[in-house]
Amino acid sequence: MSENKVPRQVDRRIIYLILLIGVAIPLIVPLGFHSEVTDLVKQVYDLVESTPAGSNVMISFDYDPSTVTELQPMSKVLIEHAWRKGQKVIAVALWPQGVQMAEQAFNELLVKYPDKKYGVDYVNLGYKTGGMVTIQAMGRNFREVFPQDFKGTPIEQIQMMKNVKSFKQIGYIASLSAGDPGLKEYIMAAHDMFGIKVTGGVTAVSTPGFLPYVNNLHQLYGLLGGLKGAAEYESLLQVKGTATSGMDAQSIAHVLIIVFIIMGNYRAYQIRQNTKRKSSAKA
Amino acid sequence: MKKTVPLGITFLVGLIVISSEFIPHKPFNYINEGLENWFLIISSFAIILGQLSLIKVNSGKVKEKVENWQYYLVGLISFGVMVLCGILWGTEDAKGLAGNGDKLIAFFGQKPFEYLFSNIYQHLSSTMFALLAFFIASAAYRAFIIRSFESNLLMLAAVVVMLGRTSIGTSLTAWLPQGWRWVHLPNIADFIMNYPNNAAQRAIMISAALGIVGSSLRILLGIERSYLGGGD
Repeated sequence: MSENKVPRQVDRRIIYLILLIGVAIPLIVPLGFHSEVTDLVKQVYDLVESTPAGSNVMISFDYDPSTVTELQPMSKVLIEHAWRKGQKVIAVALWPQGVQMAEQAFNELLVKYPDKKYGVDYVNLGYKTGGMVTIQAMGRNFREVFPQDFKGTPIEQIQMMKNVKSFKQIGYIASLSAGDPGLKEYIMAAHDMFGIKVTGGVTAVSTPGFLPYVNNLHQLYGLLGGLKGAAEYESLLQVKGTATSGMDAQSIAHVLIIVFIIMGNYRAYQIRQNTKRKSSAKA
Repeated sequence: MKKTVPLGITFLVGLIVISSEFIPHKPFNYINEGLENWFLIISSFAIILGQLSLIKVNSGKVKEKVENWQYYLVGLISFGVMVLCGILWGTEDAKGLAGNGDKLIAFFGQKPFEYLFSNIYQHLSSTMFALLAFFIASAAYRAFIIRSFESNLLMLAAVVVMLGRTSIGTSLTAWLPQGWRWVHLPNIADFIMNYPNNAAQRAIMISAALGIVGSSLRILLGIERSYLGGGD
């Protein structure tokens, strides 16, 4: 390259193609990178681990298919862990499509755990609008908010729900959240008002906003942040799920983005040097 | 009258809800519970309102043949097909008006609603979200340029956190001895997230909370009236 030449702007289609190849290859041929388990994920694991067998636990599916890649692996590992510990899972949704997300997670896990029975080991209560007010109402009287499950079966006829009157009979709440309403509302209403242990998982992009809640007051018991959080939980459970295989692709994508940043900065540096040279030549 | 009555209701309801937080006894707790139930019922109607609005806005655009009107038509048709599938053959175990749709289940392997949801809607939604990666990659090349000390700092933190949050980042510094754990990329990333990030996030949250208190008071006292509609 001659002194005055500046690297050409790379066509965005080439960037897209490189990224596509970079992400596709690890998905086809897994590279097997290892994820270190962070303290945030370990806290979530410890909460599930320390909750006694037979407890009713609640998982709130507060997301829709757009974030399924990040949040569905979390829901599956949380349900699987709860089932392994003999806990009964109550699924609710503050997002309309959360109901289907819950059903998909249960159906996929039932292949591995065929002995788990609907109404005995798990139940799907469906969607309720209202966000934070719904959570407050659930805390006071569960049956008023969910008089029946998503199939229309009255809650009194569901075996595992017979003793569930309010949040007092819930071991912990895990919210898998892609926005509002979601985990933040559970922290403010379920933990701060009713003192229930709250944990959960969020997309990688919203993780920094939830870290202040992981504090000495245990407003939030750990946090699963993005696909990496799910992959770490899978490694704790010794499960090879979609998060573990997806992490290879995500790692490559992150490295490529860093390479693009370096390339962009090198180009900007060359432009600056050229401008300086031109102005000094004029002077 | 048109404004005074709603303002009065807002003030009264707000006062009851706030009072019930400080006095969780009769009658405030009962009234508050009643108000919560009202809220849940009213917010359910918002779903119907949303659907009606979707039909009205989109059909208007199709009728007027605005630019790219075909997309609005596709949106309307998709909405109609999903609603029809749900009404006719139901979802999950629930039957629809035309029964369970056993022949369709035999053909698709699922009820039509579930088939469309899991095989079309879910993948389209995920694809839309995944497209962000391409925009970020392109933006990284074009926009994340070091221009000042602050942008330099931001860039450095971003690169460290990005690498620290990947499996490659873990492998890059995994060879370092235990005594040097503090320079492991995931640990540096955690430090950035737990201290500078948390400090900034808390400041933002406290400011936002104070802002919400302020704007709530303005609404309760009738200073902020834009929610009533109209200009003043």
